[in-house]
Amino acid sequence: MSGPDKSEGLDASRIDVRIDGRLIVDGVDCSVAPGTFSALIGPNGAGKSTLLRVLAAVERPESGSVEFAGNELFSLPRRQRARVVSFVEQDSSTELSLTVRDVVALGRTPHQGLFSDANASDDAIVAKAIEAAEVGLLADRDVTTLSGGERQRVMLAKALAQAPQLLLLDEPSNHLDIAAQLSVLGLLGTLARSGVTVLAALHDLNLATAYCDHVIVLQGGRVFAAGATSAVLTPELLSEVYGVRATVLQHPQTGRPLVAFSPFE
Amino acid sequence: MTGAVLAIVLLLSITFAITIGPSSITPVEVWGSVLHHLGIGESPLSLLRDGIVWQLRLPRVLTAAAVGAGLAVSGAVMQALTRNPLADPYLLGLSSGASLGAVAVLLLGIAILLPVAAFLGAMLALGLTLLLASSLGRITPSRTVLSGLAVSALASAITSLVIFWTVTGDSYREILGWLLGSIAGARWPAVAIAFTAILIAGLPIMLSGRILDAFAFGDTSAAALGINVNRTRWTLLAATALLTGAMVSVSGSIGFVGLILPHAVRLLVGPRHRALLPLSAIVGGIFLIWADTAARSVFEPRELPVGIVTAIIGAPIFAILLTRRRSEA
Repeated sequence: MSGPDKSEGLDASRIDVRIDGRLIVDGVDCSVAPGTFSALIGPNGAGKSTLLRVLAAVERPESGSVEFAGNELFSLPRRQRARVVSFVEQDSSTELSLTVRDVVALGRTPHQGLFSDANASDDAIVAKAIEAAEVGLLADRDVTTLSGGERQRVMLAKALAQAPQLLLLDEPSNHLDIAAQLSVLGLLGTLARSGVTVLAALHDLNLATAYCDHVIVLQGGRVFAAGATSAVLTPELLSEVYGVRATVLQHPQTGRPLVAFSPFE
Repeated sequence: MTGAVLAIVLLLSITFAITIGPSSITPVEVWGSVLHHLGIGESPLSLLRDGIVWQLRLPRVLTAAAVGAGLAVSGAVMQALTRNPLADPYLLGLSSGASLGAVAVLLLGIAILLPVAAFLGAMLALGLTLLLASSLGRITPSRTVLSGLAVSALASAITSLVIFWTVTGDSYREILGWLLGSIAGARWPAVAIAFTAILIAGLPIMLSGRILDAFAFGDTSAAALGINVNRTRWTLLAATALLTGAMVSVSGSIGFVGLILPHAVRLLVGPRHRALLPLSAIVGGIFLIWADTAARSVFEPRELPVGIVTAIIGAPIFAILLTRRRSEA
């Protein structure tokens, strides 16, 4: 899939994950080219979240390897790995009344000594992440009082403060209203153009077609298809993977694919 | 800033708590006596009253400070690691396990050092709690808490059984006082045990503030920030068991200090652990000094076990914390 020579991007091969005896991720090979924004799609229970956790190296697979920029992620020292990869979970919350700025500053953890204070460059990176994720107005708010959508953007800011080269996100558009969805995905596209390799699990196929040039389609723990969005997202595939009837149109302004679903009879 | 003010309050608390009691002693006399024993100058006090300061009240106050500090820090760490604001060493069965270990040594004459037995009891209880929690599937905070309750109940039952079979007459009152939590008998050996535990377990915990902060959003989030989640959790839990075990061995089980003090300190300085842990230690020390002073002076000449004082103050605050949680849910 990635060709014989190793890319500088993300390459996973033969990933198996078993949970309670059940194979949740089953021999997955996938790759994401460097500096691109790809979508991971598939029906509920396809194994998207589990695969993302493995790709982010927060969960060890039963077997298989995950390489990024030529390094096996699981053999990198943890802190070094956390300076390269950051991961935004689907739902994360805390009991602690931290300010939004404190939360974003947690992203600097792998870059700092355990006993040293944040220095000026840390503060600058945190400020930039807050601005990029558009949470400046929330900076002094208590994170436990935020709405789900606001919190999601704060978690994105925390991931950006980590200054990653590889950014993995599980449903980053969850809880967001449509304007916020467009701005978050737009931001991920901008990050990719600046060289960050981005992979996000997305439910909304039209967000995937609008922002991602590549998709990986997961079904039953296996890669069903992967490649250029316009080539992969066909009515036949949507019917087989999701069991829905759909027509793929062309967006009148962007020219990108637009999926129109037919109601069940 | 806050830390400096609290450190001064702690020093003043130690000084003034020593002045309180049937034999009245001034703060200046307290320091005169202390300096004399450190080799500076003559004691301003008679031999008898000097003995009251140096042999009785000072070790007792220092033990209270160390035990309060140790319990408050243990509570703050448990709350962070289980992401449960109602957590403390009692919750995961550590204190009951430590009590059982200590009672086994005291009453059954098992020949190991009391603090070691309490530590082993705390570790055993913690191990059982986590084993039970993990046998239910993935270890979650609520499973850990429920398992802790079960282990705690079992350890308490065995403790009661041991006491029931072996204790007679006068020692009954003594052992009951210890079980309820008491610093009445604390002399210099107790000070040595409590401060050694603070030094070898408390200090490393207090230096791990940034690591605990990374747990704010759970294990996955901590792992994504480069933290070795399992090793950190086990190391810190073992250090907490050591700290709790040592404190229980000198003072019995004193409740609620670990639960409520970290909350009070969060109101002062916010939830970030690098400030929270050392300040919880100081405030925990101040709190227990005054709770113990109240325990020995309010019904003078009768003494209450200090655990009763902390429970009378702590239980209503615990109830308030519960109702606040409910309104959040």
